[in-house]
Amino acid sequence: MSILSIKHIAKSFGTFRAVDDISIEVAAGETVGLLGVNGAGKTTLMNMILGLITPTSGSINVFGKDIAKHRLEILRRTNFCTTYAALPGNVPVFSNLLIFAKLYQIDQPKKKVYELLELLEITSLKDKLTGTLSAGESTRVNLAKALLNDPELLLLDEPTASLDPDIADKVRKLIIHLQKTRKPAVLYTSHNMRDIEEVCDRVLFIHQGKIHAAGTTAEIKERFSEENLDDVFIKIARSDKQPI
Amino acid sequence: MPSFTVISALLYRYILLYARNRIRLFELFFWPIVQLLVWGFVTSYLQSKGGGSFPRFITFLIGGIILWDSLFRSQQGVAISFLEDVWTRNLINIFAAPVRMSEYLGASFCVGILRVGLTAIVLALIALLAYGFNLFEFKFSLIGFYANLMLFGWVLGIVSICLILRFGHSAESLAWAIPFMIQPFAAVFYDVSTLPGWMQHIAWAMPPAYVFEGMRKCLADDSAPWEYVIKAATLNVCYLAIAGWFFARTLTNVREKGLLTKVSTS
Repeated sequence: MSILSIKHIAKSFGTFRAVDDISIEVAAGETVGLLGVNGAGKTTLMNMILGLITPTSGSINVFGKDIAKHRLEILRRTNFCTTYAALPGNVPVFSNLLIFAKLYQIDQPKKKVYELLELLEITSLKDKLTGTLSAGESTRVNLAKALLNDPELLLLDEPTASLDPDIADKVRKLIIHLQKTRKPAVLYTSHNMRDIEEVCDRVLFIHQGKIHAAGTTAEIKERFSEENLDDVFIKIARSDKQPI
Repeated sequence: MPSFTVISALLYRYILLYARNRIRLFELFFWPIVQLLVWGFVTSYLQSKGGGSFPRFITFLIGGIILWDSLFRSQQGVAISFLEDVWTRNLINIFAAPVRMSEYLGASFCVGILRVGLTAIVLALIALLAYGFNLFEFKFSLIGFYANLMLFGWVLGIVSICLILRFGHSAESLAWAIPFMIQPFAAVFYDVSTLPGWMQHIAWAMPPAYVFEGMRKCLADDSAPWEYVIKAATLNVCYLAIAGWFFARTLTNVREKGLLTKVSTS
């Protein structure tokens, strides 16, 4: 069953076409990677799914419901983690997570927060001020926030950005663990091709607001006659051709 | 139906933000106390030099300062709560969570009530000790005055949020400026009749003018100014409805223009 169904979505800001006629289906338990250069339209797309930006045309259905009409209902079963947002820095980690557990109206919020602190191996950080955490610790706290409501749709916007390879590897393993145990539909953006290869079932290359290539990582590498995704990325980024 | 759990969680967050920021707490009390002391002593001085020709003037002024502060704190409760989310880059987390805007505003209204309550207690005590001014002289009218000024503070707070959402960080200073834009029309320290004709029309279209006229009437002849309180309340209901519509309209507009994410991340 399709958890996320995007049909012919477009978004223009004045004369600039940020997203141009994109259609995506993501099934339960599937992880779809969104790749593209900065400004390709990935974050705009994510923001439209979260109802933060209204599309110019097209439709977004989550759990079979239109986001424009059932936003709150959808957001209760959805969550996200983005580098573009942070939890208040002068509030302790535990309090921040507890507050969001209550915003998502979780049953037994304290129990849930402790469970996630343990899962993400950050129990020792619970009394620390969120603003004093390292980038890796912050990412794990943000991931904990994203998992509070056991989301059926999880949007991860560059979750490993600015992390060192060790922490990035831990975060990837954690996401893979979540995929196996909780089976959410995941939409994942990253500039780290290793992330994409390890985590995603399918990949969509977005360039200038359009999908330029879609398929498994192996299919895409074969189609572009490249050995790694980095080279495919560069090829697409430097191409002004029509979608492939 | 707004959820009490969600409102209380948002409120708890704002309280934590204040409790853990001593500068914010300091600022909460510093300016109103300074204003009360400076203007209170200036009036005392003028009164002493005027040989008692300013009877009750000091009470008008101190009453005005304390009540005006309630409007300002209430507006700040709403506007600064929103700005805290902008400054901490938390706005996206809130707006992409299942939080109704009525719950979000409800929590910031509660912040306004707390801010007003805390500063009112401190100011009332100082006024009593320094100038012998008893805020409770207003008796039950006090509730009407406070309620009306807080409601209008909420209206101005909502307008502040809308302007920041629409015009971005450059409009942040409006969060402090907006109450002072209406202050000349609010007739805080003088009768509405002091104003030029065209300003009087504007003044009578806003609830604070009725509250401060009512306050002076109450202090002058010890009568209960219910007529003023009711007129202010009626206007407040209209203004709140308009502010709610304006907020909803602004949200739709900023979602279309992508400004919500811009103000949250820039």
